[in-house]
Amino acid sequence: MSDALQQQGINAVLDAEACIRCRDVSVTFFKGRQSVSAIEGLTLDVKRGEFLALLGPSGCGKSTLLRLVSGLVAPSAGKIDVLGGSPVAARHRRDIGFVFQDAALLPWRTALENVALPLEVSQGDQRQRLQRCQEMLDFMGLGARQDAYPHELSGGMRQRVSIARALVSNPKILLMDEPFAALDEITRDRLNEELRRIWKQTGVTILFVTHGIYEAAYLGQRVLMLAANPGRVKEFVPVELPEDRTLRIRESREFVELAGRLRSSMESGS
Amino acid sequence: MSTEALREYLAKRRKEKLQDFALPLLGIAGLLFFWWAVVAGLHVRTFIAPSPGLVAVTLVRNRAMLLRNLLPTAVEAVGGFLIGNFAAIVVAIVFVHSKILQKIFFPVAVMLNSIPVVAKAPILILIMGSGLAPKTTIAAFVCFFPTLVNMIEGLSSVDPQVMELMEIISASKAQILFKVRFYHSLPYLFSSMRIAASMCVIGAVVGEWIGSTKGIGALILQATYAFDTGLLYSAILMSTLLAGAFFVVIAYFEKITIVWPSERSH
Repeated sequence: MSDALQQQGINAVLDAEACIRCRDVSVTFFKGRQSVSAIEGLTLDVKRGEFLALLGPSGCGKSTLLRLVSGLVAPSAGKIDVLGGSPVAARHRRDIGFVFQDAALLPWRTALENVALPLEVSQGDQRQRLQRCQEMLDFMGLGARQDAYPHELSGGMRQRVSIARALVSNPKILLMDEPFAALDEITRDRLNEELRRIWKQTGVTILFVTHGIYEAAYLGQRVLMLAANPGRVKEFVPVELPEDRTLRIRESREFVELAGRLRSSMESGS
Repeated sequence: MSTEALREYLAKRRKEKLQDFALPLLGIAGLLFFWWAVVAGLHVRTFIAPSPGLVAVTLVRNRAMLLRNLLPTAVEAVGGFLIGNFAAIVVAIVFVHSKILQKIFFPVAVMLNSIPVVAKAPILILIMGSGLAPKTTIAAFVCFFPTLVNMIEGLSSVDPQVMELMEIISASKAQILFKVRFYHSLPYLFSSMRIAASMCVIGAVVGEWIGSTKGIGALILQATYAFDTGLLYSAILMSTLLAGAFFVVIAYFEKITIVWPSERSH
C-alpha cells in the first residue's frame, strides 16, 4: 500500500465529521408536459469514512441521489452539502470518484491509459502520474495487465480498472452505482470482499447503490432503505456485524436475520 | 489435443485460406470467360463491345497514354476526398456543439446533396473554369455528405455513462472532443471513407465529362464518340482499378487504426 493511500486512511480516522449532508432535498424532472418527482424530502447525513449501502426498488431515486452528491443534478428544493461546500465544488476539486454499472472504459485505451484519464484531464506532473496509475492498478491486482485493452479483460477485471480509475485522484467520496450488478456471482462475491478491503485501506467514504439485499448487508455499515415513487427515505438499518468479516458471515444467524429484516422493510408498503 | 486432430485442423485451415484466395479469382475468371463467350459466340461487332483480348491488347499498347490520363483523375479524386472529408469533419464538430447551427444548416446540406452530380458539375464548371478545381470540388461534394452524416452520428453517440464520467472528472468540451468523441467517431469515419473512396473517383470522372480534355472521364467520352470500344473499356478498367486501390488503402488504414472492437467497423 502506498504512503498516499495510508495517509488518506489516517485522515479519515482523524476527522469523522459529516461529509455529506442533505436537508429536505427534492429533485423534480420534467418529462414531456409533466413533472416527475424523483426524490422527495430527503434528509441524510453521511459520516466521513462511512460505508453506506443504498437499497431500494427501481424508481426509488438511488441513481439520482448519487448524481445529486456529485453535482450532476441540482436539487429543486432543499440543501445539499458535500465536504463543507457545494457538490459541484467538491467535484471540481476531484474529491469524488464514480463507478458505473458497466465499467464505462474507453475501448481504445489500455487499462493503464483508462486509469490515467482523470489525471490527464486535470494536468499534473507526467511522471508522477504514470507511477500513480501503475500503483493503483497494482492495488487492484491488475499490475500485470496494464497494457491490455478492455475487450481483452473479463467483466470483473474491467470493473477493477474502473475502480482504479475512480480512486486514482485520491477522492474522499466514492459513489458506486450498482457496480457489480452485471457480473456473475463468483466475481461479484470476490469484488465485494475486495471492496471492503479497499474501503478499509483508503478510508474513503462510500455510497454504494445496489438491488441486492445480501450485497447491501455484507458491505455497508448502515443500509439506507429507500421507497419508490417518489424516492424517499424509508429507514436506516444499522449493520451490527463484526468489522472484520468474510463472505462466510453470510451463513451466520445475525446475517440471515439482518437480511430478513431488510427484505421485510423492502416489501412493506409505506 | 492429439497430433492427428491437430494435423486435421491445420489441413482444414490451410484449405480455407486457399479458398479465400482462390475463389474470388475464380469469380473474375468466370466473368472474363462469360464475356468472351458472349462476344465470340454471338459475333458481337467490335464497335458495340470488345472482347477481353482486345481490351488487354489496348491496355498494353496504350499504357503510357492511359496512365497520363489517370493522373489528373487520381489527383482530383484524392484531392476531393481529402477536402470533402475534412470539411465534413469540421462541420460535424460544429453541428455537434451547436444544435442551433445544425438546425439551420443541416437541411441546406441535405438539399445540396439531393442535387444530382451531373447537375452540380455544369454549375461548378461555369463558376470555376475548366481546370482541376471544379472536378476536385465535385469529388469533394460527393464525399462530403456521407461523412457529415456519419460523423454527426459518431461524435454524438458516445455512451451516456462515458459522458457522465467526463463530467465527473470535470473535463472541458475540448477534452471531451479529443479524448472521447473523436476516437468514438473513428469507426464511423472509416465506414463513410470506404464508401467515399469509390465515390470520389466517380465524382472526378463525371466532372471530366462536362468539360475536360484530359483525364479518364474525357477519355471515356472520346472513346465512345470514336466507337473505340477497346479504349473505352480500358479507360473504365483504369478508373475501377483506381477506386479499388483507394479502397484498399483506406481499409488498410482502418485496420491499423481501429484496434478495438467496434460495432461500426466491417
